[in-house]
Amino acid sequence: MYVGRLLIAVRFVRLGLARVNKGSLIFSVACCFLSLWFGDAQAQRIKGSDTLLPLTQTLSEHYLSEHPGAGLVVTGGGSGVGLAALREKTTDIAMTSRRIRFGEKMKFAESGQKIEEVAVARDALAVVVHPSNPIDRLTRSQLEAIFRGKITNWKEVGGPDRPIVVYSRETSSGTYEFFRESVLEGKNYMSGILSMPATGAVIQSVSQTPGAIGYIGLAYLTPRLKPLAVSYDGEHYVYPSVESASDGSYPVVRPLYYYYDAAQRASVEPFVDYVLSDEAQRIVKEKGFIPIVKK
Amino acid sequence: MKKLLEKLVASIFTVSGLLTSIVILLIVGFLFSEGAGLFRNRIIDPGYVLAVNKSNPVRELSPEQIKAIFDSDLVDWAEVGGDSGPIVPFRLEDADRYFSEAQLGPNYEHAGRLIAELIERTPGIVAFVPGQMLPPDAEIAFIEDRTISFSEIFAGKEWFPTATPSPLFGIVPLVTGTLWVSFFAILFAFPFGIGVSVYLSEIASERTRQLLRPVIELLNGIPSVVYGFFGLVVIVPLLQRVFGLPVGESGLAGSIVLAIMALPTIIAVAEDAMHNCPRAMREASLALGATQWQTIYRVVIPYSISGIASGVVLGIGRAVGETMAVLMVTGNAAVIPTSILEPLRTIPATIAAELGEAPAGGAHYESLFLLGIVLFFITLAINLGVEAISSKSRS
Repeated sequence: MYVGRLLIAVRFVRLGLARVNKGSLIFSVACCFLSLWFGDAQAQRIKGSDTLLPLTQTLSEHYLSEHPGAGLVVTGGGSGVGLAALREKTTDIAMTSRRIRFGEKMKFAESGQKIEEVAVARDALAVVVHPSNPIDRLTRSQLEAIFRGKITNWKEVGGPDRPIVVYSRETSSGTYEFFRESVLEGKNYMSGILSMPATGAVIQSVSQTPGAIGYIGLAYLTPRLKPLAVSYDGEHYVYPSVESASDGSYPVVRPLYYYYDAAQRASVEPFVDYVLSDEAQRIVKEKGFIPIVKK
Repeated sequence: MKKLLEKLVASIFTVSGLLTSIVILLIVGFLFSEGAGLFRNRIIDPGYVLAVNKSNPVRELSPEQIKAIFDSDLVDWAEVGGDSGPIVPFRLEDADRYFSEAQLGPNYEHAGRLIAELIERTPGIVAFVPGQMLPPDAEIAFIEDRTISFSEIFAGKEWFPTATPSPLFGIVPLVTGTLWVSFFAILFAFPFGIGVSVYLSEIASERTRQLLRPVIELLNGIPSVVYGFFGLVVIVPLLQRVFGLPVGESGLAGSIVLAIMALPTIIAVAEDAMHNCPRAMREASLALGATQWQTIYRVVIPYSISGIASGVVLGIGRAVGETMAVLMVTGNAAVIPTSILEPLRTIPATIAAELGEAPAGGAHYESLFLLGIVLFFITLAINLGVEAISSKSRS
């Protein structure tokens, strides 16, 4: 009799626990202890986007091995959380997987903080279909119509007579938000869209469904999927690749940023400079992101 | 001394029982207090307003209309009861497109004034901006904000919890999806479950029984995410080929996976009930000349019907609350299902997928707790069903 109720209770407790990012928790606790140990009051706190978290952690490990005296604490939480922490001065650098929103800029302006923006890496999204699909390219407006459910058959975009099966990510994903902002121009996906819990599930589903279309991070592209050339202006179609994303010709690219208080420039500059160095940008590329090109 | 020890043990049991009950009640209370908060939320995001031109007669919009307007699905004011004219949706993020940095000022101190002027001179505009940003003396009108209504949630047919300016929390697709997939799961699990338990308790030899029982119970020990992945990689492509579906992620895939997961519960409980049928009754039946099959369906099954029913209902309970496996194979499309071959979205999958990122205390977070309450009542009804069935047999 109580089994069902208990199961629900356990499930909720488990969900509650899942909200705490264990990896970052352990990392930050460890860093706290380390900084206590060395009595280092100068530790830089970096907080924000979970997309940037693994990259920044790797970069900070490399940085710390070169600068043993420095201290860095890297935690996740999401882009919005990072910027809020920067405003409350509980972090020194905010990592974001999107550009700062106008509303957030307003809040910084209200509190009189001047913030600096640095693009540290970029991330491209590839639109993928089943390998048997003869379609090679689509425009942004066609993609918008497909993901919003206005175009439902491949023959409407010059393909075979086959219904389009649209895969998306869950609402909690940053990829979902970016794709909505960039390709759908802020409009909502159709209600009948298939939402997958992870990039791996999108890859699996698109690779086994002939009429499928979906979007994944460039680093996840495999031969089991066919990437589409995308055009935002209707004339120039570009295939996703590290090269086309680096030179700016591929349109579905999001820069990933660090934000910091301009007043703190002197203390954060060494790490930011390191991240923009050639060596660090090579790590960026190894991690599957697109390096920032120096002008 | 011995007496003291016994008293101590008894009090430990009492306290632990009490503690468990209190914790359960606290969790239920927490669920309710968080979920009920949804009805105090307003339809427009907190801190924001929807401003329109003074000449516009429209003052009320439903959340569905607001979403359609900002998705450019509604383009004329006549469609929402105003004077004919194009609707111009404006978000704060568009400010960069309308005004230059120089106009906005270094700290954006002119932004509020500029947007107010834009609203004043554009008759068709509907602007989604923070309320305190607009100067109080601006000649503009506002769309009336109100709290989310009961019917918008319990009769709403669209689930868009992260839409701005106005999220939609219609739970009808999720509730119907959950019930639909569970119904079919039990439809598949019932004949197999009864068949296997009859075989195990009546037909199989003691050795086969000793061998098969642990194997079936092993099914219970497999993590549900493994079932989910098995479903995604094996069952989904199979259904796609067999039925020639455009998409294999469907309610059917979900119900098959759930049926497999509910089987061990049904088999264990039903088989136990049949096994408990007194030997005397069986022998009496056989002595009267009934065949083994007649004994099974005329004596054993009627005798243990309440146990079988409890097993089935417990199996449904498992199916209704299952999260991970369903999340991976049903496609999670929030639409009201019309056939079992279409993708659908269940309540547990929605909670699992969205709770991690929903800002604590916000409307989205509270709506997920409300879903938890709905699920709680579904499970409660099922448990009461078990109770009723088993008490019937006792009397």
